[in-house]
Amino acid sequence: MAKVRVQTEDFDVGAEFAALTAGRTDIGGIGCFVGTVRGNAVGPALEALELEQYPGMTLRMLEKIATEAERRWELLGCTVIHRHGRMALGENIVLVLAASAHRAAALEATSFLIDWLKTKAPFWKKEHFSSGATQWVDAKDSDDAAAARWEKAGV
Amino acid sequence: MNAPIQVLYFAWLRERVGRSAEDVALPDGVRTVGALMAWLRKRGDGYAAAFGAENKIRCAVNQEFGGPETPVKPGDEVAFFPPVTGG
Repeated sequence: MAKVRVQTEDFDVGAEFAALTAGRTDIGGIGCFVGTVRGNAVGPALEALELEQYPGMTLRMLEKIATEAERRWELLGCTVIHRHGRMALGENIVLVLAASAHRAAALEATSFLIDWLKTKAPFWKKEHFSSGATQWVDAKDSDDAAAARWEKAGV
Repeated sequence: MNAPIQVLYFAWLRERVGRSAEDVALPDGVRTVGALMAWLRKRGDGYAAAFGAENKIRCAVNQEFGGPETPVKPGDEVAFFPPVTGG
């Protein structure tokens, strides 16, 4: 059973790792993805990112996505934490951990979880620039393509 | 009297409409998300701005993703939002 949380506060990657593996001797590998707030390489200076969510539906969708990962791969543990609210540059946004006996399942499940989450969990990013201007982030076709490759790879 | 529907707006749809939620009595003849969108678009400038870019709007009925053909009935929760950008 996956651990899924939606919260405003930051998470501690080390503590989540420890919680996932505590007392376990059957885990052989853990995949980990941490999404963080990236500054703009070009264009106006970004100051912060604001994430809006659909309360209730976000948690439901994350649980559905985690359940699908557990159906497709033999996972021994899974953690998905997604933040909402305002986050400064460099702050954590999302954590995905997937533990399995072997690396392939752990790494593939981690990749699947973040790819599906990006296109199926109802969150919206708004950029806050140093100038005071704001802008909603447009969805990317590349994210749809990344999610779609898992549709074809159905088990 | 039928139960109203609750309509939710997120991200730039919320900003353009000027509110995040409202209860609406389901208008006569409106039985799908697409028909509801057409009806909402005529409610004022903010709605027209929000619902102008139809291909950039996604929806959920009772917290399940839907489309223009998805049925809407009294008591439903219907949400409109742009394509999601989490992660």
